[in-house]
Amino acid sequence: MNTEKYPQGRVVHSPEYIDGLAVDIPILKILKQDGSLYDGADMPSIDQAHAEKIYKTLAFHRVLDERMIASQRQGRLSFYMAALGEEAATVGSAAALDDEDMIMAQYREQGALIYRGFSLENFMNQMFSNERDLGKGRQMPIHYGSQDKHYMTVSSPLATQVPQAAGYAYGQKLQGNNKITICYLGEGAASEGDFHAGLNMAAVHQAPVIFFCRNNGYAISTPSTEQYAGNGIASRGVGYDIKTIRVDGNDILAVLKATQEARKYAVEESKPVLIEAMSYRLGAHSTSDDPSGYRTKEEEAKYAQHDPILRMKNWMLAQQWWTEEQDKSLFDEYREQVLAAVKVAEVIEKPAIEELITDVYDQPTPALEQQLEQLKQHIKKYPDAYPVTAGRIK
Amino acid sequence: MAKMNLLQAINNALDIAMEEDDSTLCFGEDVGHFGGVFRATSNLQEKYGKHRCFNTPLVEQGILGFANGLAAQGSRPVAEIQFADYIFPAFDQIVNESAKFRYRSGNEFNVGKLTIRTPYGGGIAGGLYHSQSPEAYFAHTPGLKIVVPRNPYQAKGLLLASIRDDNPVVFFEPKKLYRASVGEVPEDDYQIPLGKAEIVKQGTDITLLGWGAQMETLEKAAVMAEKQGVSCEIIDLRTILPWDVDTVAASVTKTGRLLINHEAPLTGGFAGEIAATIQDKCFLNLESPIARVCGLDTPFPLAHEKEYMPDELKTFEAIMASINY
Repeated sequence: MNTEKYPQGRVVHSPEYIDGLAVDIPILKILKQDGSLYDGADMPSIDQAHAEKIYKTLAFHRVLDERMIASQRQGRLSFYMAALGEEAATVGSAAALDDEDMIMAQYREQGALIYRGFSLENFMNQMFSNERDLGKGRQMPIHYGSQDKHYMTVSSPLATQVPQAAGYAYGQKLQGNNKITICYLGEGAASEGDFHAGLNMAAVHQAPVIFFCRNNGYAISTPSTEQYAGNGIASRGVGYDIKTIRVDGNDILAVLKATQEARKYAVEESKPVLIEAMSYRLGAHSTSDDPSGYRTKEEEAKYAQHDPILRMKNWMLAQQWWTEEQDKSLFDEYREQVLAAVKVAEVIEKPAIEELITDVYDQPTPALEQQLEQLKQHIKKYPDAYPVTAGRIK
Repeated sequence: MAKMNLLQAINNALDIAMEEDDSTLCFGEDVGHFGGVFRATSNLQEKYGKHRCFNTPLVEQGILGFANGLAAQGSRPVAEIQFADYIFPAFDQIVNESAKFRYRSGNEFNVGKLTIRTPYGGGIAGGLYHSQSPEAYFAHTPGLKIVVPRNPYQAKGLLLASIRDDNPVVFFEPKKLYRASVGEVPEDDYQIPLGKAEIVKQGTDITLLGWGAQMETLEKAAVMAEKQGVSCEIIDLRTILPWDVDTVAASVTKTGRLLINHEAPLTGGFAGEIAATIQDKCFLNLESPIARVCGLDTPFPLAHEKEYMPDELKTFEAIMASINY
């Protein structure tokens, strides 16, 4: 037997059980809600230009979410998922990465994609599943993906990206390009088997991946108290011998600092890191959900006071890097831009019917070609029943 | 040419694939130094290093999730699931992820370089959990290719084609034949095209269709039937998805009769799909109902393995029933 890794702990002669909650996991906080810093706080690497880019990303994110929820309520959009209240977690972490690091998101990480410069048109085209959608209209709104932005197309099944991120990062390591993968997930996803499979694979095979858990308190309606026992998600990382840190997820400077160091470690040591960002999902899970069925207004109001965007704004104002006037005009400008983009995207045609059978395989099979031809003949016969495609079939 | 058994042919194909492309990786449970429980990956770790041929933890969903990530990244993973019976923890990663990666992303990303190898089937006294033939579960999933070789020559040529194919492939290896099937195999590189069936033997009275280890059963049954004056055409489907409808339909048009044989249970088995398609294509040419000789609708048993199996006697009986319909 290989005893190299066999635990060599303190020896006792009467039973001593270890309580998971006894594991002391500190939480990193740098920025207070009023925009001042905690005494002795260790600042991340950030200058005015970087801070402005981050703040503008947060502002755009907030506006996009508000406008798209409104569009969904007006019946213009089928579905939407906002990140209200936890924007700093994804934007702050994305801001610590190299632009060519791979992002493997769960679904509520638009912030990272905005930060990478995915265009407003691209967001809209995906949400309205029109013919310019990079995903060719095949998935629900918010399932973005872009090879150009190194943002892996989002998949609905929960946590499947976790072991994939381990594999992706392992491939990056073998190629020796000093790029890493960041894998986002919620605390609910951490209950799935794929989470444990992925962490174990990454730890054993030493993959340079950052597992970034947004612990936002709810998985649809299930509060985290009913999701897991023990000391959050961070304690799981420790069990897999993955270097782990817990941060205040509404503190953009803490998130940035932790992720900058995590990236450095992942590249230099070629090992995984787990970051648990403590936050609160102020909004609904999605537009199909109504939080009033499972939590109180008082609870929401309490957490609204921890607004991460306001917190960063307060810091920017205190640095004299930003003014209230700039702030107002920025939000106004974004609102206008988003509204205009909705109007453009919603009238662009749906993808051609031929796209129904492309990308199933690298080439359509004879069976697929035959099924498409039969479908076209049928639509030609009953054009009124298929108004979206009937007029476009040659 | 060299004499190889089916395992040696697979090992040889993996060796060629790893030699030609540095990004080709072989991994799975016990796949590293030990060479896999069946020794399909013997010597690969010694030759190509621990970073390219390695053991994984015991976690099928992790193996396939990891493989999907590697393939999306641009590497060429050949992941082994130790027994096809244990592929189900990875079902979600295969059916929802591997199969749909390209489609759902509009081809922004794909895992076309992925190959999944797994031993399948009965005949080794393996009981319920070492004998299953789960190809039909995967055949219901657009985006996958499913391949089953019947001998060492095919195993090498089809595996090389699978590894190089730009779609995720599930490669089922008939473990009963791993050491039992020995044949001449070219030492050089060659490929057998996917999606093409092989006419193993020409005949005029009935078409016998199967794949993998059951091809031997069809050949034995055909010998029995020929003694009764029945001329059998034998086809090896080789690729279950997408399957070669044209070759099978042309044969049935000629012979007027079709018998499909597979080890998996009858209900929901892939024979049902073939029968439905062929009755559509060949309705006016059929002289008798399409026959299915399959496993029973039971889990694969241990003590009554022989009774369960769609063996040559059952196949012979079904041939004669079709002929005398």
